[in-house]
Amino acid sequence: MTINRNNGSQQHWQLEVDAQGLAWATLNKAGESTNSLSSAVMEELSQLLDHLDRSPPKGLIFRSGKAAGFIAGADIQEFTQLDTPEKGIELVSRGWQLFNRLAGVSYPTLALVRGHCLGGGLELALACRYLLAVDEPSTRMGLPEVMLGIVPGWGGMLRLPERIGPQAALDMMLTGKTIDASKARRLGLADDCVPPRVMDSAAALLVLANQPRRRPPLLQRLLNGPLKALVASGARKQVARRARREHYPAPYAIIDIWARHQGNALAAPELIDSIVRSPTARNLVRVFFLQERLKSFGKASTFEAKRVHVVGAGVMGGDIAAWCAQRGLTVTLQDQGMERIAPALQRAYAAWSRRVRDARELRKIMDRLIPDPEGHGARQADVVIEAIFEDTAAKQALLQQLEARIRPDAVLATNTSSLRIEDLRTVLARPERLIGIHFFNPVARMPLVEVVAADGADPEMLQRGTAFVRQIDRLPLPVKSAPGFLVNAVLGPYMLEAMRAVDEGLAPATVDEAMLAFGMPMGPIELVDMVGLDVAMAAGRSLAGAEPPKCLLERFNAGDLGKKTGRGFYEYGSGRTVKGAAGSVPAGLAERLVKPLLERTQQLVSDGIVVDADLADAGVIFGTGFAPFTGGPLNYLRRQHG
Amino acid sequence: MGFQPVYVVDGARTPFLKGRNAPGPFAASDLAVQAGRALLIRQPFAPTQLDEVILGCASPSADEVNIARVVALRLGCGNQMPAWTVMRNCASGMQAIDSAIANIQNGRSQLVLAGGVDALSHAPLLYNEAMVRWFGQMMQARTMAKKVAMFARLRPSQLLSPVIGILKGLTDPVIGLLMGQTAENLAWRFAISRQQMDEYSVRSHQRAVAARTAGRLGEIVPVVDARGKVHAEDDGVRADSSLAGLGKLKPFFDRKYGRVTPGNSSQITDGAAWLILASEAAVDQWQLAPLGRITDSQWAGLDPAQMGLGPVHAATPILQRHRLSLDDIDLWEINEAFAAQVLGCLAAWESDEYCREQLGLPGALGALSHDRLNVDGSAIAVGHPVGASGARIVLHLLQALRAAKATRGIAAICIGGGQGGAMLIETISREQAKRENQ
Repeated sequence: MTINRNNGSQQHWQLEVDAQGLAWATLNKAGESTNSLSSAVMEELSQLLDHLDRSPPKGLIFRSGKAAGFIAGADIQEFTQLDTPEKGIELVSRGWQLFNRLAGVSYPTLALVRGHCLGGGLELALACRYLLAVDEPSTRMGLPEVMLGIVPGWGGMLRLPERIGPQAALDMMLTGKTIDASKARRLGLADDCVPPRVMDSAAALLVLANQPRRRPPLLQRLLNGPLKALVASGARKQVARRARREHYPAPYAIIDIWARHQGNALAAPELIDSIVRSPTARNLVRVFFLQERLKSFGKASTFEAKRVHVVGAGVMGGDIAAWCAQRGLTVTLQDQGMERIAPALQRAYAAWSRRVRDARELRKIMDRLIPDPEGHGARQADVVIEAIFEDTAAKQALLQQLEARIRPDAVLATNTSSLRIEDLRTVLARPERLIGIHFFNPVARMPLVEVVAADGADPEMLQRGTAFVRQIDRLPLPVKSAPGFLVNAVLGPYMLEAMRAVDEGLAPATVDEAMLAFGMPMGPIELVDMVGLDVAMAAGRSLAGAEPPKCLLERFNAGDLGKKTGRGFYEYGSGRTVKGAAGSVPAGLAERLVKPLLERTQQLVSDGIVVDADLADAGVIFGTGFAPFTGGPLNYLRRQHG
Repeated sequence: MGFQPVYVVDGARTPFLKGRNAPGPFAASDLAVQAGRALLIRQPFAPTQLDEVILGCASPSADEVNIARVVALRLGCGNQMPAWTVMRNCASGMQAIDSAIANIQNGRSQLVLAGGVDALSHAPLLYNEAMVRWFGQMMQARTMAKKVAMFARLRPSQLLSPVIGILKGLTDPVIGLLMGQTAENLAWRFAISRQQMDEYSVRSHQRAVAARTAGRLGEIVPVVDARGKVHAEDDGVRADSSLAGLGKLKPFFDRKYGRVTPGNSSQITDGAAWLILASEAAVDQWQLAPLGRITDSQWAGLDPAQMGLGPVHAATPILQRHRLSLDDIDLWEINEAFAAQVLGCLAAWESDEYCREQLGLPGALGALSHDRLNVDGSAIAVGHPVGASGARIVLHLLQALRAAKATRGIAAICIGGGQGGAMLIETISREQAKRENQ
């Protein structure tokens, strides 16, 4: 192989030409662990293409020099500097021109995609003639720009629909979801999907063969041509069901740019302008960085759990155990007898068999989830989580037994949501070792986990608990012990206020509609039904201490405890929720309902329950789904008053 | 050099689940994994700290031929764990234990997970030879016309007469007798009546029910299937088993004229049983509290048509080596392949002629009391997942001895093809063992 560095000034790209005359361009962004398309990287790519124009190779293959993946996308840090529409247009223009140039080169090109290939990374790959996907679980392709409130303006809106048809392409662009290597091949996004052992030879063969690309089926070509308007109107309706235009302009812009402007955002400067001007994109980028901050917690610790012991096979305990097993840990799940554990195993099997297509992988997960009625697993566990019913005496007795059996260096945690850790730990020989690791329901869908420190808690144990939460790919939020911690503490007064509104005569559906319009993923009344009216009663007593709302008390006394009993504020039939029609929402209702939440969040920051306002925003967004486009409750509050 | 005792640290088995004319809820490796992981989580060592895994299996399915390795990996024993599958028909599980013993005795291993498994309800139906030829020719038919012609030649009789894998497995390939027919041979030879067999079988059920009620089956760990159903007990055991009921069943192996029925035979069953075997050094290293130790083992061969007498041929040399009589053994487990076969073993020991001519003894060895034999029922009630039974009887014998506060037992099993296996077991405590060694 002859190595032919085109230019000594290249920091990020390395170009080699092999004996067959194929050029291999390897991106290895300097000073980073993942590749992203910063302006410097793009500038170097442009120079690289200049160089190849002068002496065209037989073919050009793009690959990554990073173990982490191909290219994660644009450099999101650069988005934070988009304060004027001109800057937005300039950013779009840079990638649009460069990738158009790449798409037009005379020699065949291929992107060898191994690991993540997202956003601008996929747009680069789409500008290549061929895309070869490496068949590994970590290989994921997608255009998640919409999740940051922006659009895939570097050719994604043009080339993805061309390649896989507009329906699949819009689905990817409007939801931001990613697909794996084999699905990429099925959709026609990838020309082939190969194991890593043959990826280099497959890449070379594909480029040298230089066959015409497979065209999408006729129907897809029609949908991407004469029938565009039809697809667009269907897509707009679908988006409208999930996101309102005034909150989330980007998905609407994606549809318009694809349908009316041939995927060229530059042809619709007014749309770019509206996106850059709306606070949504800025707030969503802010949320992205908040998430990165949560992800950075626990990095300092080298702790790595191998075995987890969960006591309590109810919904929470069972789901925590199932989640840990799926994340590769060996889990022992304890409860009083196999009959109590079996439903949790069945739930785990049902949940993972839907999501894990490979039968062997599914079997591995289920093999790691070990029923343990006698609690033998505690002895060898690295992390022990108590998730039994909320009763101080029962939990104390259990924690005491556990402490006597577990390793001295094991993390001992409670998943309590309403009891005081200070009370639970009094029975322990080493009370400082008990921490809270508080998951939210449903575990598989709620990314946030509160890591709770009572006064004098062992910092090492908190570190380990935080590292464990990261290990299982959840977002750890450090909080101080206080009733309801952060998330439940802010939800309590919000749900209470919503129920007061119902007491005043508003239909539950009307109250919920007000908050859905505000941008919440679920109305507060439906949330009460999900949480359970009994839990709401108990929490109300311990958190608020106030008289329970009449509407809650009546239903509670009638035994209507919410979704779990089939009836609460709403009716829950076979998979369907009967809510009744919402009436017209009185002006200012949303502001009134959200106010107690905002105030409580502010209060908790002042009290030091959570370290700063940013973390409070992160916690409330990832723990409750609080309208992400607002950037979080305190960010929203600042803007209201700002 | 004498037989260096090997310790049985712990053991567990699945419930034995009766085949009901359809594949059961668990594949063989699923059963071995569920019992194995429940056993391993209660040990002070990690699965990776075993030295090897040995699993007996008479009919591993085509996709897990070395089922021991499949199970070892699924149990989290790690990529470095050597694991091998052994096959000695009905004694495959006992062979696994014996192989573990041998490797511990010669110092290759210190800590071994050994056991047996079979999921007979998953035994395959196989294409007959005519169909196999048809498929072979079909593969070579290149043109559509030739393919159509091939289909025209397909006869429903070829397609609808599969070879039943389990019947093949239960037929002696050398002499062509079904296992049940070898039991008929014993009934004929020792004049064992249908009535005696049925009475014996009812007692097996009654004893199994009593053992369950009294909580003497602690070796069973419940298993959970994909639907969340818990299987906690041997489901072939019948509390309502009666002479009248068994009397209604027709002879199965020698139809019309025979005496052996499904009711006085062991059941076709799915199940797995494991033991953890350890050297003295491993017992000390991990401070284990063994259930007991295995102090001798023996294999023997005999006429395949009399295979049911295998236990007699394997256990007698052990008794002779240790100068023990039948009565010196506190409890016996002789796997109940067939009632006629267990009763045949007792009759052989009571027979002057048999003991002289076949065992080279001066005369009859004596009578083995039913009070010492299969006290908690055996395969007629519990079931006989072929590869697992040898491990089950060793494990249960230890439990039964401990429950009875007795010390010495023999577990013996007959083996299709004309063999027998036996093991001498003691529940002696470790401190006692140490004193003896000094």
